[in-house]
Amino acid sequence: MKFFTKLAVAAGVAALLSSAAYADSLKGKTIGFSQIGSESGWRAAETSVTKQEAEKRGINLKFADAQQKQENQIKAIRGFIAQGVDAILVAPVVSTGWDAVLGEAKDAKIPVILLDRGVDAPQDLYLTSVASDQVKEGKVAGDWLVKTVGDKKCNVVELQGTVGSTPAINRKKGFEEAIKGHDNIKIVRSQTGDFTRSKGKEVMEGFIKAEDGGKNICAMYAHNDDMAVGGIQAIKDAGLKPGKDILVVSVDSVPDIFKAMMAGEANASVELTPNMAGPAFDALDAYWTSKKQPEKFIITESKLYTQKDDPKKVYEEKKDLGY
Amino acid sequence: MKMKKFTPLINPQSIALVVVLLVNWILFPGFFNVTWQDGRLFGSLIDVLNRGVPVAILAIGMSAVIATKGVDLSVGAVMAISGAVAATLVTDGYPAYLAVLAALAVGIVCGVWNGVLVAFLEIQPIIATLVLMVAGRGIAQLITAGSIVTFADPLLIFIGTGSFAGLPMPVVIAIVLLILSVLLVRSSAVGLFIESVGVNRAAASLAGIRSGLLLVAVYGFSGFCAAISGLIVAGDIKGADANNAGLWLELDAILAVVIGGTSLLGGRFSIAMSVLGAIIIQAMNTGILVSGFPPEFNLVVKAGVIILIFTMQSPLATRLIEMRKTQRAVARKAS
Repeated sequence: MKFFTKLAVAAGVAALLSSAAYADSLKGKTIGFSQIGSESGWRAAETSVTKQEAEKRGINLKFADAQQKQENQIKAIRGFIAQGVDAILVAPVVSTGWDAVLGEAKDAKIPVILLDRGVDAPQDLYLTSVASDQVKEGKVAGDWLVKTVGDKKCNVVELQGTVGSTPAINRKKGFEEAIKGHDNIKIVRSQTGDFTRSKGKEVMEGFIKAEDGGKNICAMYAHNDDMAVGGIQAIKDAGLKPGKDILVVSVDSVPDIFKAMMAGEANASVELTPNMAGPAFDALDAYWTSKKQPEKFIITESKLYTQKDDPKKVYEEKKDLGY
Repeated sequence: MKMKKFTPLINPQSIALVVVLLVNWILFPGFFNVTWQDGRLFGSLIDVLNRGVPVAILAIGMSAVIATKGVDLSVGAVMAISGAVAATLVTDGYPAYLAVLAALAVGIVCGVWNGVLVAFLEIQPIIATLVLMVAGRGIAQLITAGSIVTFADPLLIFIGTGSFAGLPMPVVIAIVLLILSVLLVRSSAVGLFIESVGVNRAAASLAGIRSGLLLVAVYGFSGFCAAISGLIVAGDIKGADANNAGLWLELDAILAVVIGGTSLLGGRFSIAMSVLGAIIIQAMNTGILVSGFPPEFNLVVKAGVIILIFTMQSPLATRLIEMRKTQRAVARKAS
């Protein structure tokens, strides 16, 4: 008897949870998604996650690939308006030149949500924008290091992204904010690895030579996982153990960094989530059910993954997303 | 077109290399330290050689192309293609030697394509090779489906990171290729043929040189060199990165050739000096890494050194030096 009560309660809770998680206001709705293209693995993953999220909620997603061209995006949005979709998601390829087409969507009373990047247009032309906070990504990485090394002296080498690029500037800034006030942690070397594996490896090789064969380095902070993967190889080539002799923390959380975590060679990675559509759909749901205007800027979570978070499982989840 | 048997040891390039190395040493006192570790040499100097290899190998092929008054902009993209071909073949389960051969063959095919466009369709080299520079990266991305294809094949990894007689494998490959190509062009008439086509293709043809075939062979050789570089770069990171492998390296290769003293107008070239040019470029890069300059300075420092080298090589500088020499000789005679 008791067993059945438990079962019934469990079923009830499950039913409640599922209906709470994906409200009916989205079911059967048609939403257009104008994607930039597939210039990076992350972009491809964003596309697959958006499709998954739409399917989960019973949304009929219309997908348009703009192949890096704004004119294609504008055409796609006009097409969506003509088809009378219920809402439009746009990952804008550039920030200017959107006023006219967003105005047309507004006149047609179709809410528009921007994904991943912002635009220079009056804020009333779109419902909200969903993006990550790059400064926070750097900060989460820095906080992890501060917590991990405690009071011990720690010399950090930094592999920066492309000089002058926004993620490089912001991820550097966030990391520096996090270690500020912790005088035991110091960035001793910082160079650009252009976000690539081979440059990351080359730069790390140089750092290891310059810092007493790497003995003087306690941690490596890379602005993206690809550079970290290159850096890890350089550390191994120098006869040191990445993850132990030199701690490795980076940003992005692409599948390959979880492979390195499984091998104990990477310690932590901050996720730039490819799931921008999930929060966007949730905002739409809230907007349609309660007529509530969402905030203009929705910031996605910058989740920290470490070796404790079952890297194998995360790798399996991520490897087929197209990264 | 007089061929010098030996390049004099004191020339602007070797002076530049020594100066760059000395500056590196002043900025980072451990620069010349070379130790023996895990059965191989280990140190910044070795890094300069090892990291300079991809551009050095490209420069070997590029020297020959430039000597024909051409240029090959596609080498960076061909690197990406060759790495992508090798990586996808081994991950699909083909044996590694086959993957390497296929990658080299694809490189040669790419080069021959360029050569045909230049020699028989008579398209200007800069335009003809631009086609593959743009399209080639796309082809590489198609092969890898846009992601970095990683592999664990021991042979491919050995090409990029192994060592032979204490030297990194890429350095060994580059030395062998350098010796073979210098022998080929200088102990036979091939070098002269290449230079004569560069000076005046019509005249060379009239003199009985099959210039069309020669051009195709030269571009094919450049593609072959690019394929080797591509294999090394892929082996180095244990993966083929179609988006970034060889990106902008065609420009570094042209720069290396020009630093080496080969004229872009064709008709005269030295493969060994081009390789020296590549090493000078890499000595600067490695120097910047170990010196601790902020990355914003990288390009400014490089530009400064290059301007200096070119000034030293310029006709004006040469004339000034000659003038000083004659003045001194005259003064000596007078006294």
